[in-house]
Amino acid sequence: MECSFALTGKGYVLIAADTTAARSIVKMKADEDKIKSLGPHLLMAYSGEPGDTVQFAEYVERNIRLYQIRNLYPLRPASAASWVRRALADSLRSRSPYSVNLLLGGYDTATHAPSLYWIDYLGTQAEVPFACHGYGSYFALSLLDRYHDPEASLEEGLATLRRCIDEVAKRLVVAPGKYKVKVVDKDGVREIEL
Amino acid sequence: MARRYDSRTTIFSPEGRLYQIEYAMEAISHAGTVLGVLAKDGVVLAAEKKVTGKLLDMSGAKEGGYGGSGEKIFLLNSNVIAGVAGITADANSLVNYARTAAQRHLFTYNEDIPVEMLAQRLCDMKQGYTQYGGLRPFGVSLLYAGYDPHYEFQLYHSDPSGNYSGWKATCIGANNGTAQSLLKQEYKDDITVEEAIGLVLRVMSKTMDSTTLGSEKLEFAVLTLDQNTKRPKAKIYKPAEIDALLQQHDLGKKDDDAEMTGA
Repeated sequence: MECSFALTGKGYVLIAADTTAARSIVKMKADEDKIKSLGPHLLMAYSGEPGDTVQFAEYVERNIRLYQIRNLYPLRPASAASWVRRALADSLRSRSPYSVNLLLGGYDTATHAPSLYWIDYLGTQAEVPFACHGYGSYFALSLLDRYHDPEASLEEGLATLRRCIDEVAKRLVVAPGKYKVKVVDKDGVREIEL
Repeated sequence: MARRYDSRTTIFSPEGRLYQIEYAMEAISHAGTVLGVLAKDGVVLAAEKKVTGKLLDMSGAKEGGYGGSGEKIFLLNSNVIAGVAGITADANSLVNYARTAAQRHLFTYNEDIPVEMLAQRLCDMKQGYTQYGGLRPFGVSLLYAGYDPHYEFQLYHSDPSGNYSGWKATCIGANNGTAQSLLKQEYKDDITVEEAIGLVLRVMSKTMDSTTLGSEKLEFAVLTLDQNTKRPKAKIYKPAEIDALLQQHDLGKKDDDAEMTGA
């Protein structure tokens, strides 16, 4: 089952999402990238109804890009999160709502601060130091509560993330096998091998 | 026929000019002067009031609105103030539009509108009136003094054609040529807000027709950053504060002036 984790650290946000694309009980694909980069300093992990996820993520991606083309500077993470939340909230109240859960991590180049936003398909938004979506959250949140440190270095953050993934692998019956991990900091967005 | 190409805004003259827009600009160069100076830690705006008189009810100006008389300097959003020159009725309509645009941005993005974007919103509308038929352009130029985290303190000018540009110091309205050459001489980079206030008052006193400056002829505003909250703080001076500021810079009415009129 789908799992995504994210945590902030000293000057960075780490985001991890599993890479399985499943239909019913069948794994269709094991290397699906569910983390999109929405800009030079913005990452979004998406999960939920297959089809909705990609459709909505691309809609967000194009709109955020349009803003950057029009204004020469990209939306700041807080503003991007607000815009995405509104898009989901409007969608929820339409005839065909998107059923998508998101983790939005970004580095604000104006204030030099990393920030993480937890958004669900109902249009709930919260700025948090760490976050999870999916069944993994039942195990990972308590771990993150115990081990998360907003001043942690990237290595320490990755260790905490590994702890979460290992715990989920150990306890969850339907644990995903593989994850993709991305980080956003002052240098931008990049992928990290766990 | 002298009026072949200037009765409608949307018609080019054979020389490729749009007369209605040039007339609108002409109207502005007779309006009260508005002056803006960008400093490293703030922006200063000053405006000359034209509608004055003993019988004008100024009781609203003491406390009302956002300070000032509300004739030429307006708060568009918590991070932008604007000074207007031109037809006041047109300006009111534009100010209303700008405030709506700023709130719309706040609603969608949960952040204050970036200053340049607000100028663009207004210019999009102003440009529209130079192209769609049967309408006259807005007879208003604006100075926008604002702050946003992208480019920090900024000063923009927009004119009736829908053009806008960023400035370190500029002036619109009557005598803008004189004021601009004075600003060009006296402006230096890394100027502080305190120095900018002095510069604005000095240039204003030289360009305005009246000999002594006073709150009945002057509007004044400063945008700075609140050191505690790190948010922009717009201060539009109240009449009493303007008089105190003028006294402080030795530009206000002298006491002996009052004695002479009394004698």
